[in-house]
Amino acid sequence: MKRSLGLVAAHYTMLIVLAFLCVAPILVIFATSLRQQVMIFAEPLNFLFVPTLENYRAVLQEDKFDRYLVNSLFVGIVSTAITLVLGVMAAYGLARFRFPGRHAVAYTTLLLRTVPLAVMAIPVFMIWNEWQLVNSLWGLVLLYVAVNLPFTVWLLYGFVLQVPIELEEAAAIDGCGPIRIFTKVLLPLMAPGLAAAAIFTFRIAWNEFILALVLTDRQTRTLPVAASLFITDMGVDWGRVMAMGSLIAIPPLIFTFVAARQIITGLTAGAVKG
Amino acid sequence: MKTPRWVPLFYVGPAVLVMAAACLYPVLSAFQLSFFDWSMGTPWSSARFVGLDSFVSAFSNPRVWSSLWTTLIFAAVCVSAEMVLGIALALALEHPVRGMAFFRTLFILPMMIAPIAVGLAWRYMFDAQFGLINAVLALFHIAPMGWLADPTLAFVAIVIADVWQWTPFVFIMMIAALANVDSSVIEASRIDGASWWQMTFRVKLPMVMHVIAITLMMRLIDAFRVLEVIYVLTFGGPGDSTEILALHIYKTAFVGQQLGVAAAISVLLLVVVATLSWGALRLSNPMKGDQR
Repeated sequence: MKRSLGLVAAHYTMLIVLAFLCVAPILVIFATSLRQQVMIFAEPLNFLFVPTLENYRAVLQEDKFDRYLVNSLFVGIVSTAITLVLGVMAAYGLARFRFPGRHAVAYTTLLLRTVPLAVMAIPVFMIWNEWQLVNSLWGLVLLYVAVNLPFTVWLLYGFVLQVPIELEEAAAIDGCGPIRIFTKVLLPLMAPGLAAAAIFTFRIAWNEFILALVLTDRQTRTLPVAASLFITDMGVDWGRVMAMGSLIAIPPLIFTFVAARQIITGLTAGAVKG
Repeated sequence: MKTPRWVPLFYVGPAVLVMAAACLYPVLSAFQLSFFDWSMGTPWSSARFVGLDSFVSAFSNPRVWSSLWTTLIFAAVCVSAEMVLGIALALALEHPVRGMAFFRTLFILPMMIAPIAVGLAWRYMFDAQFGLINAVLALFHIAPMGWLADPTLAFVAIVIADVWQWTPFVFIMMIAALANVDSSVIEASRIDGASWWQMTFRVKLPMVMHVIAITLMMRLIDAFRVLEVIYVLTFGGPGDSTEILALHIYKTAFVGQQLGVAAAISVLLLVVVATLSWGALRLSNPMKGDQR
């Protein structure tokens, strides 16, 4: 059906307004990070100010920034890698084999995905203490792997089911061993699911700060924890915290623009086919 | 060929081990901890069994009940606003247009940005003196408001931040669901002379009811998990007007140092979320239909 020009124009106008509403607060973060200290408390609607990198310089120089960046990258990348490997194996096992306890594992996994992190905070602090994992980056990695696995397993479970089992059977007839079937047949076909799972896991591991605040010290802090410490009872150091916020936002922004399609597949998987 | 018994164990075992040790075990420990008096920094062996004392002290504290109430209202208001807005926008904008992929990319940005950055952005924009929102309102000759200083307005502020962040999720789910509706059904109803109203409420929405239900459950469960944005935006204030349960637990544990009581409130929150999850599972069971 052909739509009138007016209708099409209205459609785009609405999309543009919505896009603006979505993006505006993010632009505010970047704009504020480029303001001079004196400008932060004046003329909020004036976006024609002379930008300064002073806030970034302050953040990069003083605050052990490089240390926190390395911590964040380590925690983000290592927990994402481990979650993906364990997650795809478990998804494959649950989808392709029938074994005792399968339902129990499946349902417990599903329930764990809904547990609020606030509930985990106290026991995790206690248990990690016993295991000597407080103030250690591996402690954070273990936590993020554990809390991301339930979602990852279920997301990838759906993707495994979409791979026709006949492909695996054909590969087996052609003489492929189970490991090669898994790595050469299944994994390539699941690439979009793996990308989505990786982004969602990295998003949590890179962004999370409440549990990280409890579990880290001056040496093991991640970037969001360092940023949260700019918020004090005395007020907020806006320029620096926005500079920090902008830097933290960069990797998720890149992922979003590179892999929007995979993210949307991941968001809608399980509820909407196709 | 029969698969050896160790094969499923090889695939599922490692993930199950990690989840059991570092996710399920902490959750179960929350139950255990709620029966003990334990102080941070002391060994667990020095903990004292106190029976139901923590529950008594948690449930006799009016702040716990007001916090539960705040949580329920927050979840109800946010989720209904997000569902209505998301569905309405999807119905208005479901027609495929060029460049939609680009717009969708912009729409998922609020979900991908760090909660700490989201909280900060809104806290800065809601500021009474130098905030963007009061400045925009001033253009319409509306007097500046102390958004984060007034209990009601602060609650509105956390709702706005959540609606901003999650309405796009509902929108994207609904656009995908509507795109999946069999177009021949729509065509048939059009030929039968259905009005826009009938087509929407009698044909399209019933056909995507399943997705609406799942989206609703996902949003509800996540609404009870919100913590970080509110931590940054209001830290529960002013007073306890925006102190949702998750934040109340955090404060009781790490500001008030009452770990047992915090664990008891955690059990309360877990019960709420578990009930919702049970409902979600009934609506969408990912394991159903796999008895091939």
